[in-house]
Parts: sequence; C-alpha cells; structure tokens
Amino acid sequence: MDMNAKKKLGLKEKYALMTRNLGWETTYEPMDKVFPQMDYEGIRIHDWDKWEDPFRLTMDAYWKYQAEKEKKLYAIIDAYAQNNGHLNVTDARYINALKIFLSAVPSLEYNAHRGFARLGREMRGVGPQVACQMQAIDEIRHAQTQIHSLSNYNKFYNGFHDWKHMNDRVWYLSVPKSFFEDACTCGPFEFIIAIGFSFEYVLTNLVFMPFISGAAYNGDLGAMTFGFSAQSDEARHMTLGLEVIKFMLEQDPANLPIIQRWIDKWTWRGVRLLTIVAMLMDYMLPKRVMSWKEAWEVYFEENGMALFNDLARYGIKVPDCAALIKKEKDHISHQAWNAFYTAGMITNFHTWLPSEDEMNWLSSKYPDSFDKYYRPRFEYYRQREKEGKRFYNKTLPMLCQVCQIPMLFTEGDDPTLISYRQIEHKGDKYHFCSDHCQHIFEHEPEKYVEAWLPAHQIYQGNCFAEGADPTAPGFDPLKSVLDYWHLDFGRDNLDFEGSEDQKNFAAWRQQATTN
Amino acid sequence: MQIDLRTVSIKPLRHTFDHVARRLGADKPASRYQEGTFDVQPSDNLQYRPTWDPEHELYDPARTQVVMKDWYAFKDPRQYYYGTYTMARARQQEAAEASFDFVETRGLAATLPPDLSRRALDVLVPLRHVAYGANLNNTAMCAYGYGTAITQPCMYQAMDQLGIAQYLTRIGLLLADASELEAGKSRWVGDGRWQGLRRYVENTLVLKDWFELFVAQNLVLDGLLFPLVYDQFIDKRVANEGGAPVSMVCAFMPDWFAETSRWVDASIKTAAAESPQNAQLLADWTSAWLLRATDALEPVATLALGEDAGPVFETVVDAFKARAGKLGLPL
Repeated sequence: MDMNAKKKLGLKEKYALMTRNLGWETTYEPMDKVFPQMDYEGIRIHDWDKWEDPFRLTMDAYWKYQAEKEKKLYAIIDAYAQNNGHLNVTDARYINALKIFLSAVPSLEYNAHRGFARLGREMRGVGPQVACQMQAIDEIRHAQTQIHSLSNYNKFYNGFHDWKHMNDRVWYLSVPKSFFEDACTCGPFEFIIAIGFSFEYVLTNLVFMPFISGAAYNGDLGAMTFGFSAQSDEARHMTLGLEVIKFMLEQDPANLPIIQRWIDKWTWRGVRLLTIVAMLMDYMLPKRVMSWKEAWEVYFEENGMALFNDLARYGIKVPDCAALIKKEKDHISHQAWNAFYTAGMITNFHTWLPSEDEMNWLSSKYPDSFDKYYRPRFEYYRQREKEGKRFYNKTLPMLCQVCQIPMLFTEGDDPTLISYRQIEHKGDKYHFCSDHCQHIFEHEPEKYVEAWLPAHQIYQGNCFAEGADPTAPGFDPLKSVLDYWHLDFGRDNLDFEGSEDQKNFAAWRQQATTN
Repeated sequence: MQIDLRTVSIKPLRHTFDHVARRLGADKPASRYQEGTFDVQPSDNLQYRPTWDPEHELYDPARTQVVMKDWYAFKDPRQYYYGTYTMARARQQEAAEASFDFVETRGLAATLPPDLSRRALDVLVPLRHVAYGANLNNTAMCAYGYGTAITQPCMYQAMDQLGIAQYLTRIGLLLADASELEAGKSRWVGDGRWQGLRRYVENTLVLKDWFELFVAQNLVLDGLLFPLVYDQFIDKRVANEGGAPVSMVCAFMPDWFAETSRWVDASIKTAAAESPQNAQLLADWTSAWLLRATDALEPVATLALGEDAGPVFETVVDAFKARAGKLGLPL
C-alpha cells in the first residue's frame, strides 16, 4: 500500500473521525433510553450533526499541552512556597481575599466538573459530549490547582483551615453554593446556559479581574499563576458556551423563549453572586486594579452588550435586569462591605474600615454615591471604634429565598430604602431582595422552597455543634454555631487590626528582611 | 555529600487543612493527591433536588446498592490528581507518537502481509466503538458516583478510553484509510460476529447503578477484552506473524490496561472488603456480566485467533476468574 496515494484528510474531517464518527444509533436499547435527559426541558434539537466543534483537540494533544502547563504551574507554586512568597504581598489584609476565594471557588469548580461530566454523558451528539468532557476534566484541574496554590497560605494564616467544611455550612457561603447547586440540579440544556454561557462567557472576566489581576497587582505570584494557567482553558470554555447557545437557537425557533428565560435568570443569579466580588475589588485589595463600577462598565456594559448585539439576529434580548444593575453599580460593593464589617464576628476572614486614603479613592470612583451615603457610615463606625464600642451585628439577617444574600440591597431609585419583596406560597411567606429573584421563584417555586437558608436553619436549631444541648443552662447559641462551622473565635474572625495574622505577618516579614 | 543551602525558615501554624488532618489522624504534611481529593465533593446541606433525578439528592450515595461507611476509603494506588495524571499520559503519548512516527516514516505498514493487516483491521477498527462506549460509561460513573476518591479516576479513565478510540482510529488510517473506518462501523452495527458485543455495550449504557456499571465495564469487559485482543492477538499472534509494527502502534493499550487494572483492583477490593453484603453483590454482578461478556467476546476471539480461539480464550477467562478471586469476589 502506498502511503502517499491515500486521500489527505483535512483537519476538520480528521477530527470528525476522531469524535463524532465513534457514535452510532443504538438498537438493542432505544436512543431515548440511552440519552434520557434530552427532552424534558422542552428544547428541540433536530440534527446533532449541525454541531460545529468549538475547538478540535484530540486526547494526545490535550495530554501534551495540559501536562506542559501543569509542570510550569507546579514549579512556580513550589518556588513561591519555598521562598516564602506570601511575605511579598502588598499588605496582609490582602490574604483575606484569598480566604474568601478558597472557601467559595474550588467548590464551584468542583460542581462545574461534575455538572459537565453529566453533560459529557447525557448530550446526545458526540461532538458536544467530547467538548463537555474536556471541560469536566479541566474544571477538576481548576479546583485542585486552587487548593494546591492556597495550601501554603493555610500553613501560615488563619481562616483557610477548614474550607470544605465551611463551604457546606457557613452563612455567606450558601450564596455561591446555592448558585452552583441550582445549576447542577437543572436539566442539561439549562445547566450549559447557566454555566457555559451566562457564567463563563458573560461574567468570567468579572471574576478573574479581582482575583487574578488582583493577585498580580498585590504581589501574589502563587494565585496569579494558577489564574494565568487557567486562561487558555477558560478560552476553550467560553467558545463552548457560545457555540452551544448558537446551536440551540439555530435548531428550532421554539427554543428561543426558553433560552431567553434562562439567560435572564442566570445573568441575574450571576450578578447577585458577583456582589462579593464587587466588595473584594473596592475594599479588600490593598492595591486596587479598578473599581467594581469600572469593571462592570467595561466587561458588561461594553463587551457584554456587544455579545448581546451579536445574538440579536436570533431574537435574543438584553436581560431586563440590566437596567437595575446599572443603577445598583454605584452601591452594591459599599453595601456588601458594610454588611460584612458588621458581621465580622461570624466570618472566616478579617474585616476593617477603609483608611482615609482608601475612602478618598472610593469618593473619586463613586462620586455620585460614596460621600453621600457610605462615607458617613464608615466615619460613624470609626468613631465607635475609637470609643471602644466597635459595632457588631448580633442578630441574623433575613435572607433572600433565591440568591440567599441578606436583605442589604436598596431600591434602584432610592438608596436609603431596603429593597424587599414578599409573597405567599402554599401558606408560607417568602422574602426576596428584588423583583428578579421573586420572578425566578415564581417560575419554579417547587425548587426554591427547598433552599437551605443558613439563617433559618440556625433559628430552627439545625446548626449547633454536634452533641450540643440548647436547653442546658448557660448555653451560648452563637458559640455553638461557630463550633458547628469550625470557626476559631478570635483567630479566624473579628478585626484585622490586632489579629494573629497581622502580628505574624509583620514579625515574619521582619525576620525575612532584617538581620 | 550534599551542599547545605539555607532559606529563611518560618515555623508554620499548621501543616494541612483540618478535613485532611482528620483523615490522616493528625496535623501532618499531606500530599497533593490527598489535598486535591479528600472531601472535595460537596456533601452536606445540599440545596435542591435534581430535576433529572428527584428521587435522589445532587450527590447521593444511594445511586448504587454498594454501601460504604466512608466513600473516601477508596484510594487510587497511582495517586492521580489532574497534574500527575496528565504528566503520566503526556509521557505515554510521546512514546506512542514516536511509534506511529517510526512506522509511518519507514512505510512499515506496507510491509505487513496483506491478510495479517486485514485481520488486524477486522478486529481493531470496530473496537473504536467499544472504547467510545467505555468513555461514556466512565463519564457516567464520574457524574453519578459518590466521593471524589472514586469519581475523579473515573473521569481520567473516561478520557483515556476516548484516547484509545482515537489511537484505534489512527491505526485504521495508518493501515488503510477513512473508508476502512466506515466499513468497520458497518460491521459494528451489522455484522453478526459483533452483535453480541454491541448488545453488551448498549446494555451497559442504560445501567442505572453506577457501581454495577464499574463492574460491567472496567472489571469484566475490559478485563477480558484487553488481555484477549492486545496480549493474545496483537502482541503474540500478530507480532509473531510479521506484524511487529502493529504491535508497536498498539503499545499504549496493554500498558494502559496494566496500569489502570491496579486502580480497578484496588477499588473492587476496598468495596468488597467493606462488608459481606458488598462482596456478595459485587460477586453476583461479576458473575452475571462475565457470562454475557464471554458470550459477546467469543466470536471476536474467533475472528482474531481462528481455530485456536477456544483454548486461548479459556486461558483469558481463567486468568480473569483468578483475578476476581484475589479481589475477594466468591464467583
């Protein structure tokens, strides 16, 4: 056989043989039984062969590229740890941003890993199966590289020590937890719109900006490196998210209203989740990258709108919530920091008041809101601190039934009025932070009544330390809840000023830089 | 002799995360495998019932009849987390690439006796679809299984089987061309000798108990198929009859099987050792699927080995039974 006489295969043709040609129409078991999750959401797919592979990566190439990236990444992580790189960050307050990151994000990545594994099995076409499987394995990479990068911080600083236990229990961590578990309990098509499109494509830059650029700006080579190393994976995930939405829209016009509803829901869910990111950018990074408002304007109002314009030819509209978010962008980071500062007794990270310089920066970035609404609050808190009466909120907040964030947001047109919605469903009252969260509930009440709301659970007595007896004389409920969370009182929580982290960092930095 | 290098040393407050320390029994340095695996799956206060399986929670140990006190009792003897996994496979693919390159640049495919090349293609090309079925099945085990300790290596196994399907595709293209892949697919869906195996694969695609799926796919089917096809057929028969180049380009598969069997064995052993009920369950599943797999593979053995198929296949089945016995399965 003469090798040269063979027909030369194009890249696309060859990739098709390596993937979609592997599948067949089953006959011993009906296809609908082999792929049982394809119909119940109402999405109609007529021809899986119309799927355009968003990238063409065979396994041998995948192993090769990914192993190269892993080798480089772990070499840097090792060097960073050996060299006590953590002492080179701008200011030990920065490390608190990493505590939030570790408590929240690897679990999200892990959920994405398992969710994409389900899609990698359940999507009926081989092309999307393979693309989803690659994302599934990438996502466990991200969870692990994050854990491994931050492992060294855990050795020297408080608040990191039981991240997984806390992720399943601590009040504010139910916000990211419920977001991803919501997506993972959806049908396959909604999952991929939620995570692959709304989260990965529309909002990823807004997550990367504070954490990864924030790490770069604050001398944290360790965290910066896993972010940059994940960047090419993310690019693949974004093209998958976009391909999926176009494929679904092109397959049947009846898909449009379903998809539009999912985009509306998940854009809003995603933006609410990003509240903590907004706060991180404006309050927790000693060296700021940009303000939350600026990031929102660049990455959503400009880039996001360009994307929606591109999808307009399919009939996709900008989500209604965009109008409210535009009004809220001047406020949410300040409202969130206010909430965490006053809840500083029940957080696994330290809080502080912005310095005078930092408040001036905030005034310049938020000329329409900071001086008017928020500076006076922080000045009041400062005054109280000076008097030795640091204010801690001693009660539990009411939570929104959908996003699970405490009722801390204000009405779009009145920043002095808490935004509060309430409805009755089957004899019970439910509370919401916004019209958008209320609408999400109303569409699927049977799902959202199952929410595990930490404040409710605590009041119902479900979050006390194992073996605790709430009827015993002298029972301290707050202490028992902190024990249930494994939160180490006085080391993990309270003010940064005077914390063990602050003292250790100063002493170690001195040890490393003087004789 | 060693050079004494010093770095500024600071005494750490702790050596690992608390959930890892609880598993290790003390706060001591943990490996990356341990930190990247132990308890990583969310497990408490799960929020909503899956719309695709309202009978269960999102992560639910009750999706299998196997019962474990602790699902992190499973250990991957290879200690694979993503980094070590991809680095190991990158080395193997480099070796495989060198073999393909060696055979291609020297035109060795053309030196094969035509009937031998034909027989190799007849056996190997339809196996692309078997590997693809294994890819879907392991992806399902990752999606629906419980505990990162066992679901993580299932995802790696899934991607490996996709890699194998792709190596088999390249072998088809190397020994023949794209039309051979189509012909192989026609035999897979239409030729009587492949229908038993196709029925087996399709039956596994609808299995709901993910641990039974693990037994049917990773223990039983692979446990017979790989020794039969790669050890007995490719490396013994084909290589001896002048087909060493085929053996070279197949080398990934038997090496992979030897490596992954260590993990499959460790997993079965752990589950069986947990309780007599588990051991009985696993033994029942293994016996039932072994019977079906033997029937399904007999015609493939004949296709590969002709009149020697009977005794050779018997040694493969005997070896499998001995392996199962060592794992604590009373067959």
